[in-house]
Amino acid sequence: MSYDIPELLYLDSHEWIDTTDGTARIGISDVAQDELGDVVFVELPSTGDELSAGDDFAVVESIKAVSDVYAPVSGEVTAVNETLLDRPELLNDDPYGDGWLVEIELADPEELEALLSAEEYEASIET
Amino acid sequence: MTRRTPLYQRHADRDAEFTDFGGWEMPVSFDSIRTEHGAVRQSAGKFDVSHMGQIEVTGPDAGRLLQRLTTNDVTALDPGEAQYAAITDEEGIMLEDTVVYRLPDGETYLFVPNAGNDGAMAERCQWIRAEFDLDAEIDNATTDWAMIALQGPDAPERFAEATDVRYALDRFEIERTDVAGVDCLVAATGYTGEDGVELLVPADDASTVWDAFDVQPCGLGARDTLRLEMGFLLSGQDFDPEEEPRTPYEAGIGFVVKLDTEFVGRDALEGVATEGPASKLRGVQLIDRGVPRHGQTVTTADGEAIGHVTSGTMSPTLGEPIGLAYVDIEYADPETVVRVLVRGEPKKARIRTTPFLDR
Repeated sequence: MSYDIPELLYLDSHEWIDTTDGTARIGISDVAQDELGDVVFVELPSTGDELSAGDDFAVVESIKAVSDVYAPVSGEVTAVNETLLDRPELLNDDPYGDGWLVEIELADPEELEALLSAEEYEASIET
Repeated sequence: MTRRTPLYQRHADRDAEFTDFGGWEMPVSFDSIRTEHGAVRQSAGKFDVSHMGQIEVTGPDAGRLLQRLTTNDVTALDPGEAQYAAITDEEGIMLEDTVVYRLPDGETYLFVPNAGNDGAMAERCQWIRAEFDLDAEIDNATTDWAMIALQGPDAPERFAEATDVRYALDRFEIERTDVAGVDCLVAATGYTGEDGVELLVPADDASTVWDAFDVQPCGLGARDTLRLEMGFLLSGQDFDPEEEPRTPYEAGIGFVVKLDTEFVGRDALEGVATEGPASKLRGVQLIDRGVPRHGQTVTTADGEAIGHVTSGTMSPTLGEPIGLAYVDIEYADPETVVRVLVRGEPKKARIRTTPFLDR
């Protein structure tokens, strides 16, 4: 099985964060969506919620499993992907694009240094 | 020690995802649960259900033994017929649900316990034989047989293609038929609500018969969503002598209890039948967003606990979150609005009768 692992930052619990254009966008990886199978429900936080690194802030349910999603870093939620409430399957179809979960304003950019590079994440899923 | 079916390697070669189920290493899915579920509802799918037990009972008192063992009326079975039944303990608590086949020879009875329960059920037969001094032979034939289910609206046609035999079985009939050159027992039974057959195949010939059906292979994931849409029980989850001790009346299968027959648990169940059960398994459908899951509490609008969910999923056919839940009898009427605590949040839900799908 080969997975799509773009140049983002990752947690070994399969969340990604993309900080390339100022805002920090968070989602789950191709590996995560594949392991979950058909996603049927997503529970998201509200804008204004404060996340701490390591918090479970969202829940993704597939037909067969229920999975918590963890915050890679701390920050305030500035946007949530409400399209997922009606179209949770976007998480399977496009986990790095239309299937994103939330955007946050970073509380402490230095926390990013603790995350895995794409290469390190790829190595972690092979072991 | 995990058991593997004779088709294990076939599934591994097809890159199935596996899980442990009742001590068996079984495929959960081959492609996706949604794809497999859809194939069975719209065309046809095949399942390896060799993890189900097979207990053969023969001899002069075979019928009498089955009558003592199961709640249904075994004397109603003509050769080549099958019936659904419960197996209860002295208190009327369900140990098993099962299908009892009277094979076409008329002499042999075969019943199918759930995965992992074959040993215990064979022992129970031996106990009944001794207790009531019956003349019968009991053979745990689980490893002799593979079992393959072919299910879906196109299953009869697919079956006919593989057999050159006209598909002419009525529901709950069983006959001997040659399938792809293999002598099989073919029964019009199943766990999906669709047309189809379950085939008992000699273990060594399992792959030949499996390959004879060019349809979507399906795993336990789809088997679970399909049975849940029909409100069919899952042993160990919707009832379990330790974790979820329930009578057949509570579990919604009172129709398989024939109190005018002699079986273990009859006297206890007579009392329940007179008084009525205190709670009942019902369908539950969430009105609010969310998915009901095993173990979640059911409450009134005021937060009073009145039951719990035993099975739940997002129905792939209906696109609705559905489940099964035991609820106190005064809240068990269809359309009663209750709450299901999904991760602690009360979600509005409606009590429903099953099946969720008309079939």
